[in-house]
Amino acid sequence: MLDRRDGAGALVTLRGAGVLRGGRWLVRGVDFSVSPGEIVTLIGPNGSGKSTTAKMATGVLKPSEGDVVRRAGLKVGYVPQKLAIDWTMPLTVERLMTLTGPLPAGEIDAALAATGIAHMKKAEVHHLSGGEFQRALLARAIARKPDLLVLDEPVQGVDYAGEALLYELIGRIRREIGCGILLISHDLHIVMAEADTVICLNGHVCCRGTPKAVSESSEYRNLFGMRGSAAIAFYDHHHDHEHLPDGRVLHADGSVTDHCHPDDGHHHDHDGHGHAGHDHAHHDHGPEGGHRHA
Amino acid sequence: MLDDFFIRALLAGLGLALVAGPLGCFVIWRRMAYFGDTMAHSALLGVALSLLLHVNLTVAVFGVAAVVSLALLALQRRGALSTDALLGILSHSTLAIGLVLAAFLTWVRFDLMTYLFGDILAVGLTDIYMIWLGGILVLLALAKLWRPLIAATVNPELAEAEGMQPERTRLYFMLLLALVIAIAIKVVGILLVTAMLIIPAAAARRFSGSPEVMAVMASGLGMIAVAGGLFGSLRFDTPSGPSIVVAALVIFLVSLLPFGRRQAIEQPASERRGDSRRGGIS
Repeated sequence: MLDRRDGAGALVTLRGAGVLRGGRWLVRGVDFSVSPGEIVTLIGPNGSGKSTTAKMATGVLKPSEGDVVRRAGLKVGYVPQKLAIDWTMPLTVERLMTLTGPLPAGEIDAALAATGIAHMKKAEVHHLSGGEFQRALLARAIARKPDLLVLDEPVQGVDYAGEALLYELIGRIRREIGCGILLISHDLHIVMAEADTVICLNGHVCCRGTPKAVSESSEYRNLFGMRGSAAIAFYDHHHDHEHLPDGRVLHADGSVTDHCHPDDGHHHDHDGHGHAGHDHAHHDHGPEGGHRHA
Repeated sequence: MLDDFFIRALLAGLGLALVAGPLGCFVIWRRMAYFGDTMAHSALLGVALSLLLHVNLTVAVFGVAAVVSLALLALQRRGALSTDALLGILSHSTLAIGLVLAAFLTWVRFDLMTYLFGDILAVGLTDIYMIWLGGILVLLALAKLWRPLIAATVNPELAEAEGMQPERTRLYFMLLLALVIAIAIKVVGILLVTAMLIIPAAAARRFSGSPEVMAVMASGLGMIAVAGGLFGSLRFDTPSGPSIVVAALVIFLVSLLPFGRRQAIEQPASERRGDSRRGGIS
């Protein structure tokens, strides 16, 4: 539960990391680390740099500034956001499991059973539904027994009940395999209750904190049902600055700057954990990607 | 009836089909049909250079095809034009340069038809050694590359995140393809090389449950097409290269027929024959 920002013992550490593409910063100034057994969730609107950040963590993208340190020999399990397999390639779920490395048959069966698709072992991936395919991808990633599991929107295409089950499963994976998990969610309000750190991105780290536990409330249970109650929580937070359409930033104190570095304007720093008073009204992200405050 | 030249042609064709099968599968999976075409067109430049500089034909064709694939990678990295447009530029400019160069070669008889459609009946023992040695080399390299290549084909990002090097794998694959095209020119010619890669692989898809089975199946079907095409060309006195491709096409068309029940849903041709009676309207 410690936020080891110094990176000692961490699987992967990002320090002031950013990616510049075509003269534009996709994301900038990202600081966090993932330690064994820790779940870090990245949330943010579309285009906020979540996937870019995850790609820096896995090493697919080199940071243009700052640095990314991965533990030597780090074994990554990755579930990409989009995966379209050409129909011309015949691929069964079983074959998909050994895509990047051989696996003992027992491990394959165990991973498929854990994600609830053991009966689909022989099925062609083209015949799976979106949710089933997502489970197959997750099964493939966990069967590798990775040190770091990177999940880019793992619940897309999965219905609410299935979503809760998948989140429960992700929590169980963390406890059983002891791997660190970097989870990406576009849903700003619903994140895993089990997440240790939630980082909200919008081209930079907007804020961070622990997900608020709301699982006891009756409204919540009505909304998600009993099974999901332990797995999903709301992340209630607000932003103290707005992104203007021209890319400049309007801060809460009225000042306008070109970027939103933490030292600009009046910037909250929701760092650390256990800030029980973190119960601001939720906010919407406008169509232009800026923040509006309720 | 089985003259010496016919046995040689058969050996050359079978060797080519063996190696074209698995490579053709990747061409289909990675949607690189146009890329294969481009490499084949650039082979004409290789032919002209080999005549001009007195280099071995296969070596020159491989060299040009390799340079073209490297040029494509470099141009793609600039990101100004789509891959499609880049391939069009490379394909036709190398073809044109090859033809212009050939016009300067007034001292050699340049039989364009031989290079466009191949002359399998004229292959010599050296060509057969070249095809089989090169082919075995390609197959061994492919076996070694197999898992990373499949992973990179499914999703390069996933492969890279899990410690593979999809960019390098792709480069190796392009070089292997260049090599196969270089050894195939003699057999089916520039215009029909891509057909040998794609048609047997496409026909194999129907009968395959895994990438590995499809690769082996594509080799097998390609070899049947070579044998069928060559016997057909002998029987009906038709040009051999095109006959092989026609035989491959017949196999592909047979694979579309709605026998069996595997993947019957995806086959748009499933209504074409009488057996749809059972299924009624569906």
